[in-house]
Amino acid sequence: MGGDRVDPAALAADWTTAVLGTSYVSMNRRDLRRYLTGLATRLVASFDAPEWDRTVAAGVGRLMVAAHFTDARSLERTLAVVAEHLAPAGADRTSRLAALQGALAAGYAEALRERTLAEQERISMAAFAARVAAEEARWASEARYQAVFAGAVIGISVAELDGRIVQVNEALCAMLGYDAGEIAARPIYEFMHPYDTSDNWRQVREMIAGTVDHLRMEKAYYRKDGTELWTDLVVSLIRDQAGEPRYLVAMVEDITERHLLQTRLQHQALHDPLTGLPNRALFFDRLEAALEDEYGVPGVCYLDLDGFKAVNDTLGHDVGDQLLRTIAERLRAELAPEGHLVARMGGDEFVVLVEDASDPAHMRRVAERALETVRRPVRVEGNEIRVSASIGIVGRDQGGSGAAELMKAADTTLYWAKNDGRSRVAEFDRDRHRTDVARFELSAQLPEALRRQEFFLEYQPLVRLCDGVATGVEALVRWRRETGERLGPDRFIPLAEETGLIVALGRWVLTEACGQARRWHDAHGGERPLMSVNVAARQVREPDFVDDVRAALDRTGWPAGALQLELTESDVMTAGGGPLETLGALADLGVRIAIDDFGTGYSNLAYLRTLPVHELKLAGPFVTGIGPGGRNGRGGTAGTEAVLSSVIGLAHTLGLSVTAENVETAEQHGRLRSLGCDTGQGWFLAPPAGPARVEPLLGRPLPRLRRSPVPGGERRRPATG
Amino acid sequence: MQGSVENEGRTGNDGRADVPAGVDPTQPSVARVYDYYLGGSHNFESDRVFAQRVLAQMPDLVSVAQENRAFLRRAVSYLCAQGVDQFLDLGSGIPTVGNVHEVVHAVNPAATVVYVDHDPVAVTHSTELLRDVPHADVIGGDLRDVRAITGHPLVRDRFDRRRPVAVLLVSVLHFVGDDDGPADFVGEYLADAARGSHLVISHASDEGRPDASSAQAVYNQNRSPNRMRMRTGAEVEKLFGDLTLLDPGVVRIPLWRPDSPDDVRPGAELYPGVAGMARKD
Ligand SMILES: C[S@@+](CC[C@H](N)C(=O)[O-])C[C@H]1O[C@@H](n2cnc3c(N)ncnc32)[C@H](O)[C@@H]1O
Repeated sequence: MGGDRVDPAALAADWTTAVLGTSYVSMNRRDLRRYLTGLATRLVASFDAPEWDRTVAAGVGRLMVAAHFTDARSLERTLAVVAEHLAPAGADRTSRLAALQGALAAGYAEALRERTLAEQERISMAAFAARVAAEEARWASEARYQAVFAGAVIGISVAELDGRIVQVNEALCAMLGYDAGEIAARPIYEFMHPYDTSDNWRQVREMIAGTVDHLRMEKAYYRKDGTELWTDLVVSLIRDQAGEPRYLVAMVEDITERHLLQTRLQHQALHDPLTGLPNRALFFDRLEAALEDEYGVPGVCYLDLDGFKAVNDTLGHDVGDQLLRTIAERLRAELAPEGHLVARMGGDEFVVLVEDASDPAHMRRVAERALETVRRPVRVEGNEIRVSASIGIVGRDQGGSGAAELMKAADTTLYWAKNDGRSRVAEFDRDRHRTDVARFELSAQLPEALRRQEFFLEYQPLVRLCDGVATGVEALVRWRRETGERLGPDRFIPLAEETGLIVALGRWVLTEACGQARRWHDAHGGERPLMSVNVAARQVREPDFVDDVRAALDRTGWPAGALQLELTESDVMTAGGGPLETLGALADLGVRIAIDDFGTGYSNLAYLRTLPVHELKLAGPFVTGIGPGGRNGRGGTAGTEAVLSSVIGLAHTLGLSVTAENVETAEQHGRLRSLGCDTGQGWFLAPPAGPARVEPLLGRPLPRLRRSPVPGGERRRPATG
Repeated sequence: MQGSVENEGRTGNDGRADVPAGVDPTQPSVARVYDYYLGGSHNFESDRVFAQRVLAQMPDLVSVAQENRAFLRRAVSYLCAQGVDQFLDLGSGIPTVGNVHEVVHAVNPAATVVYVDHDPVAVTHSTELLRDVPHADVIGGDLRDVRAITGHPLVRDRFDRRRPVAVLLVSVLHFVGDDDGPADFVGEYLADAARGSHLVISHASDEGRPDASSAQAVYNQNRSPNRMRMRTGAEVEKLFGDLTLLDPGVVRIPLWRPDSPDDVRPGAELYPGVAGMARKD
């Protein structure tokens, strides 16, 4: 989805105006705008990026502080401007926007805190040093010293080189919960904590030895009441004027809150704000961890609500959100206690991570329970809502090695479940997946194939059964791929229909076929062969189709009366409105319309009567049912022939002529002839072939009729749609 | 209102003369208070309490300080463009962003900057910051004592007196009372400077700004880091003596050669401070 693209330059322009004067930064308006354009570009890119990376926005927050946007108003206005520019990008991006604002604010806050602490520390150290210089190190014992840092926000202690603490300020006492008297004279080593590393204390020793002047660490302390205090600790060595080490000064900042906040932020970063479920990021973490265990067999149920959009559209987003919350909670309550991780992937998609999916039946049961859970009606604001879900299941052994691959497979499987009619569970099937992938690849190559003229036509003679004369041909499209592989239309025409390429391909086929017919006729004169071309439903629905046909005829100089378009029965029957008009317009042009594959669908002759149709092409089963090789079940040969006979009779009554396809034996040929079928087409008569091979057959009785048919080869009628 | 400036720079002194001004964090300091106005954290509780008292009288002092820094940047950039490569920054304060040496070295890394301040904490901090920066130094000293400053070994060393020098007195002379004869000692800085040397002054002014007068009053009460003496545009113009005042003369600070009209924000004509630049011809 996603809406309008966000323009970083416009964002930067408004941003500049918004923050100008809020803080002291050393830039004029133009430079500031340039600076913010850089930041805006990063923000927008990360907002639009497929994978969310919080470090970008956090980095922008940090860079604001680096430019000295130290006043909170700068951040506040920044967040407002960012929201203004990014929010319209689409409602589906609200959680991304929230995450972006959160990361930006967190980065800003963190950097500001660091800057504040660093500056506090520097100025304090400067004050110490200035005093040491001024008073020859007598300062530490002065009563006034106690007052000096009394008001400092950071805790400060001074220790002798032997580790004995000689001074602490109030802030530090408050942090630790001790009185100054309780700390004074104790050695710093008493404040060791289990989380300290040996490295920390080694550095302190080096400092006392004078080899290190400065050290910084995150350190935990026990407060007097036993609770934990987390601090950002900076220790500096103070030297006397001769440069000899004299004191250790510790500056301590209480960051316990921040620790909690970080834990909370971490939770936020890994959980979905709407439902409180683990989010995509956490899910992937867990899945990856599960996959790392080489003996583990994790599996995934990928669940998508059916018809959730309808709920949103008709009852509103609030109801939709409430529904999601309820379903999320129910899924969690149902499945989490068994140790499965239920996460929300976004939108109305959820996922269940089953750590042990070695038993497929178990996986199915989990999925069924999830389906049951979702089906339970939900009451929201007086509406009783019932939704269902579709689930795709993939286990590690099928889905490939990585988490991303596994999820792609799960996604495919979910798609199958949806496609197979919703409210069901589909299991991953490697072969089906492979076919899907192959189809996808093939369809992606179609446009290029058309451009490179990899398609070509073969022609199969249409033979007048009464005298054996080839009066026309059906054009059949083939694809010779770069690899040399030859593909029949059943492999690529459906793909071309799906992708819409059929329109361009169909246009090419029409022109090529009519052009060929024209060349044959120019060479031999005589009666014009009928050129019969297959047309897909999708083509007929194109508003320009009639124009396309007319153009092909004009360009090739082929008369409409010698062109026949073949549409399948179902395409014609289900076509309404526009396509029917199209058929009428084509018939008005003089083009013949044939119903292809007749007998496979509705076979509604009475309805056909109302359509501008000239020809019926009988589907294979009608013909193959004839004779000893007949495979038509119940009615047997006699039954089939009776049906065939009546269809032919009826067609003739309606003024339609009849072509039988798949004529493969002399017997079938004989029977059809005697039943009064007008035209035959099939291997027995002549196989499809290139124009040069077909040319000598046209306009005369087939020599083949005097020989026996060639067995094997292309059995099924090759159709172009 | 124009009483003498207290040399010690702080009231409530406990009488220990060996403790220089600015070292005691329980007493506010001009440099740290100014840092607070700029949104920095190089300050202590005493500074913040004092700054809040001033801000109560003049809430937009924060943007005033910002405009002053912006002027400093423009003036220094202009001087660099004129080819000036020696800068004496008197009353330089606590380093923050956009410091003189940063602006200068961005254009000419070989240019020399010497900072001067009488606040030991500001000086110590600057020393720390400049430790690894070539061609930039800081010395502690009182800018009113011209001989001590110009005679300081570092200044003598670093500056080539035969070539032009820029003397910056940015947002500092209002901490100098009339008793100290500012016009005289300011003139001395350029007395034997080379031709083409420049003098830059920015100065707080309460002309047409009663709130600025109230802010000044706070500085002149107890527990102030320094007394304050704001001056009118005309008074500041006199401080330039017989140097050639460059266009546009002594004007409200934001109106002094703005980078672009966009940078002049509403209220500039009543900005409570004036600035100018003059050249020795
Ligand atoms: C308001 S700050 C200005 C800092 C910097 N020039 C600026 O404009 O951003 C004034 C500085 O001048 C210093 N100062 C005040 N009186 C001084 C004096 N008599 N000698 C040296 N420095 C002085 C203060 O310590 C303080 O750091």
